[in-house]
Amino acid sequence: MPNVELIKITKRYDNVVANDNINLAIKDGEYVSVIGPSGCGKTTLIKNIAGIIKPDSGDIFIDGKRVNDQPIEDRGIGYVFQNIALFPHMNIWDNVTYGPKVKGWSQKESTPLVKEMLDMIQLSTRVEAYPSELSGGMQQKTAVARALTSRAELLLLDEPLGALDVKVRAKLRYELRRLVKDLHLTALHVTHDQEEAMSISDRVIVMRKGKIVEIGTPFDLYIHPKNIFTANFVGEANFLEGTIAHILEEGSIVDLKNGLRLRVTIKNHKIDDHVVIVFRPEFGVIRDKDDNKTFNRLSGNVIEILYSGNIVRYKVKLVNNATIVFTISLSIQDPKLSVGDNLSIYVPPEHILTYPYPKGGLSKELSLE
Amino acid sequence: MPLIKLVNITKRFGKITALNDINLSVENGEYICILGPTGAGKTTLLRIIAGLLELDEGEVYIEGQLVNDVPPEDRNTVYMFQQFALFPHMDVWQNVSYTPSIKDWDNDKINYVTSEILEMVRLAERRDAYPKELSGGMQQRVALARGIASGARILLLDEPFGALDARLRVNLRSQLRALVKSQKLTTIHVTHDQEEALMTADRVVVLRNGRIEQIGDPNQIYSKPRSIFIANFVGGANFIEGNVKKVDDEGSLIEFRDDFQLRVSTPSTNVGEKVVVTVRHEDTLIRTHPVIGSNNFSCHIESRIFIGDSMVYVLKLENGITKSSKGLLSDNYVIHNIGKQRIFSFQPGKCLIFSYPQTGLLQEIEAV
Repeated sequence: MPNVELIKITKRYDNVVANDNINLAIKDGEYVSVIGPSGCGKTTLIKNIAGIIKPDSGDIFIDGKRVNDQPIEDRGIGYVFQNIALFPHMNIWDNVTYGPKVKGWSQKESTPLVKEMLDMIQLSTRVEAYPSELSGGMQQKTAVARALTSRAELLLLDEPLGALDVKVRAKLRYELRRLVKDLHLTALHVTHDQEEAMSISDRVIVMRKGKIVEIGTPFDLYIHPKNIFTANFVGEANFLEGTIAHILEEGSIVDLKNGLRLRVTIKNHKIDDHVVIVFRPEFGVIRDKDDNKTFNRLSGNVIEILYSGNIVRYKVKLVNNATIVFTISLSIQDPKLSVGDNLSIYVPPEHILTYPYPKGGLSKELSLE
Repeated sequence: MPLIKLVNITKRFGKITALNDINLSVENGEYICILGPTGAGKTTLLRIIAGLLELDEGEVYIEGQLVNDVPPEDRNTVYMFQQFALFPHMDVWQNVSYTPSIKDWDNDKINYVTSEILEMVRLAERRDAYPKELSGGMQQRVALARGIASGARILLLDEPFGALDARLRVNLRSQLRALVKSQKLTTIHVTHDQEEALMTADRVVVLRNGRIEQIGDPNQIYSKPRSIFIANFVGGANFIEGNVKKVDDEGSLIEFRDDFQLRVSTPSTNVGEKVVVTVRHEDTLIRTHPVIGSNNFSCHIESRIFIGDSMVYVLKLENGITKSSKGLLSDNYVIHNIGKQRIFSFQPGKCLIFSYPQTGLLQEIEAV
């Protein structure tokens, strides 16, 4: 159950800085995921820790020991990646016992561990099967078991579920987490799937252009992201430009033009500050026209309606010409709106986040590419 | 007349029947998603339409013409798959204009069409870039642009977003749909991602073990799944095994473990029959008090998982069975703590009832 510490890790490929002065501490027993757009350096980060590549500068500590010069096999890690790399000519048992065999362990030493591992992944009855006889999900579980039978305590997972169907992924991700927690391992898991990261991690690292943008619990990243990029990357959100019109005792009023004003709870702004306000599509509430609460209402016309299961997603063009997305669950309310209908949405001030307008422009902050 | 018509298509690979008697009609301008797990036969079906695979039995018609013996390049289709397969030594412009140029158009027309299409996929500014200088999403848009530039009226897309970031996929899929609709193209899009299918398709074709299990618009597939398999594969659900105790005007009364009872508003079942009741995780509520007119069960919160916009709770009922409830954060903004005693509640009208499957329930819902 080792901890991992990275100090000022930098790795360049030609003129691209894939990891740019990264500092990171992962605690004993933590399950940490890394997300970020393609090319953000997340795979480079995990390869640096695994020892598959060497950083240009900086130090890597595993369990308190500096491992920069240690080869991959001495770092006490299990490494699993997307392309399931089982030996096709070996059955499951031989695949899983391969590591201990190479290390020269006696069978007496390795067999109990291998059996435990196969029990954990619920494949004890399939030890005779060859990889080609197993489903993708079973193969990937075997790959995880194989990575762990060399007594690795740090599990490095690079898109471990990437090659699998959505449905299988959603099931296996919880099995992965359970395995890591039950065996008291530490895990670092790189994924391109935000939901996967959110649902199984103690903490999530958001990377962009070789740097760590933010680290936090899934809930904090979603509800209180520290910056606009994170807010956008971990889930859908509305981003509206405005200026601070008033400072109140309990917050500020943001002017969104054409008569639209929203009260926000954040108050460390000055009058006329150019800001971006952010709220999640599911935090709006439909208000009747005759409702007397007039503050924090956004009005406009429905321009698109999409259904995803019992979630309805309305695209609304506001009177200031900005477009917002608003979702509600049909099991709570069915407003039966049609395209063209006028809609009035109340956005609770406590669910609005406010950020200074980014210097490079808003669309650049929201770019996922 | 449908644009594409498949009649009794069967395809075998050795002993495996990859497609078993498939019948499907696609209208001009329709956006169809073919949805199913790995090995369902989705790609095989798409490749047969494209003419990349020969079929064993059946007929493929495109624009009313039997095309079984027509080569891929003459079928008015363009086939795109997950690995974008751009020419690495050509820049964006050359990649996109390659197809029209081999069709011997004059230069003015090639230039016009190419710039229009690059504008459409918002890559006009990157016309001189080489594929490796572009992000995955941009490469995919180049591949799409090239497909459209070919002039084919039918797009066959095999997991077109498979290699991309989840967040980017969400953006690209709505752009893709808008684009092909504006160009009045007909699209058949293969995916294993039910959300992608529900959000983009006019109609969804659910494929399983080489057979079509259901065809319908996204709402039909989601709210009226024809089988337990579909209820689970599309959206997921709670499954409750029980017996029909009573059938009356209000529907059916179902008895499940330890004489617990629940109401389903469907009456068309036989007393004594063994059944499976399904209710969507997101159609259930967690409350502190029973909800009038609903099925209410006392439970305690076993665990909770935050998955982004929603929270999923795992609950244990007093008869020991475990069920899940899912809700948007805003609905469930009261966050329930683990161990708390609550009421698990769902309306009889939200339940569906199926005959107990002959091969067992697990066979229908297990993802492996």
